Amino acid sequence: MSDILKSSIGRKIAMAISAFFLMFFILQHFAINILSVLDPNLFNEVSHFMGTNPLVQFVLQPILIFGVIFHFAMGFILEFKNKSSRSVSYAKNNGNANSSWMSRNMIYSGGFILVFLVIHFIDFWIPELNIKYVVGDSSGLLEDGSGYRYFEELQHKFVPLWRVALYCIGFVFLSLHLLHGFNSAFQSIGANNKYTNSLKGFGKAYSILIPLGFIIIALFHHLNH
Amino acid sequence: MNLTLQIWRQESAKVKGKIVEYPVQDISPDMSFLEMLDILNVRLITDGDTPVAFDHDCREGICGSCSLYINGEAHGPDRRVTTCQLHMRKFKDGDTIFIEPFRADAFPVIKDLIVDRSAFDRIQHAGGFISVNTSGNTQDGNSIPISKHDADQAMDAATCIGCGACVASCKNSSAMLFVGAKVSQYALLPQGQIEATDRVQNMVSQMDLEGFGNCTNTGACEVECPKGISLENIARMNRELIKASIKS
Repeated sequence: MSDILKSSIGRKIAMAISAFFLMFFILQHFAINILSVLDPNLFNEVSHFMGTNPLVQFVLQPILIFGVIFHFAMGFILEFKNKSSRSVSYAKNNGNANSSWMSRNMIYSGGFILVFLVIHFIDFWIPELNIKYVVGDSSGLLEDGSGYRYFEELQHKFVPLWRVALYCIGFVFLSLHLLHGFNSAFQSIGANNKYTNSLKGFGKAYSILIPLGFIIIALFHHLNH
Repeated sequence: MNLTLQIWRQESAKVKGKIVEYPVQDISPDMSFLEMLDILNVRLITDGDTPVAFDHDCREGICGSCSLYINGEAHGPDRRVTTCQLHMRKFKDGDTIFIEPFRADAFPVIKDLIVDRSAFDRIQHAGGFISVNTSGNTQDGNSIPISKHDADQAMDAATCIGCGACVASCKNSSAMLFVGAKVSQYALLPQGQIEATDRVQNMVSQMDLEGFGNCTNTGACEVECPKGISLENIARMNRELIKASIKS
């Protein structure tokens, strides 16, 4: 079994499994974030649960961080290896004739998503870690104790237009990445059968609607702060 | 038709190559692409120049010898044809046509447009076969029941002529469509299932050793394949490798 992990196909399958995990995470992240638009109180409750539940904090969160780092690191390693398998480029290459822009530029869409993630972590994740584990305040309450702080902090973050614009661009790149990545992950694990065409349709819907939903959330908070 | 050809010229694997321009005149739209190159070569020989070296054999799309990356696509702009089946009517008078060898480090240039595709042979030797008892007691293949669906899929996979267009078209120089087709044509038949575990592991291992890149599922190989080999074969190879790894 260990041999498969050393093979090119094994690495491809490992990329697909980490992609499935990240796609599921994006879906649950969206499900929680959309609550900030629909019901701020419920959003606060769920955020507090996710931020203080030991299973989420000390089991799922480390797995998520490992999944993110693995997906990016393996992506860059494979890209480097793939580039080095053709040392002389074509003088003329018509890639548009046989493949989509998204499929050929996963490294660029992925690279921009990485930049976006770093900013996103600096905006939300690191301050959250600081409050809970450095300051030692796990109450989740506002300074005046009038309620949970999560919704207010979220709205405050989306006041500057530059951040909203940056997040929107990040979600566009996420969409481009998913438009190829969603179905590519299924192909990598060997799932190409009579359901593939239906799955492609579902993949397109997921790849457009979820990032679009994130964009709507960012715009909503910018316009309603 | 009058055309301007931009052809990759390279004396040998040891020297650097470059694109050289050749104008050609009075080309018939009904000629094949290789006949057009024949005409150029006759002129070059008459003028005392070195003719352009390119691979060809059957000239009817079966042998997999001809290659050529024409105007940025393996086997040119037409679909489901090899270079020898490509006709000049696919181009317009006055066109500039870039003609390059199939590029991959696993396919080193031998001369001009000829590349060494023996990496494919070594992958085949690693497992692209079935061992048959030839003692005289061999079971007649026709006596083994095979569903029409499986037989058709195996035959579709077996139509791969090993030309290397998949490698040439892939941005990663991946050979997975070729190996996927070869693994599939046996995996789908009862005769091939006995050695299925070793076959897929050995062929994938040899493919990696040859220095081909990794597949990122762009699908370029499927589009450019002159025989229309489907990506389903790569998925099947992936499944076969997972199964083989669990078994072993």
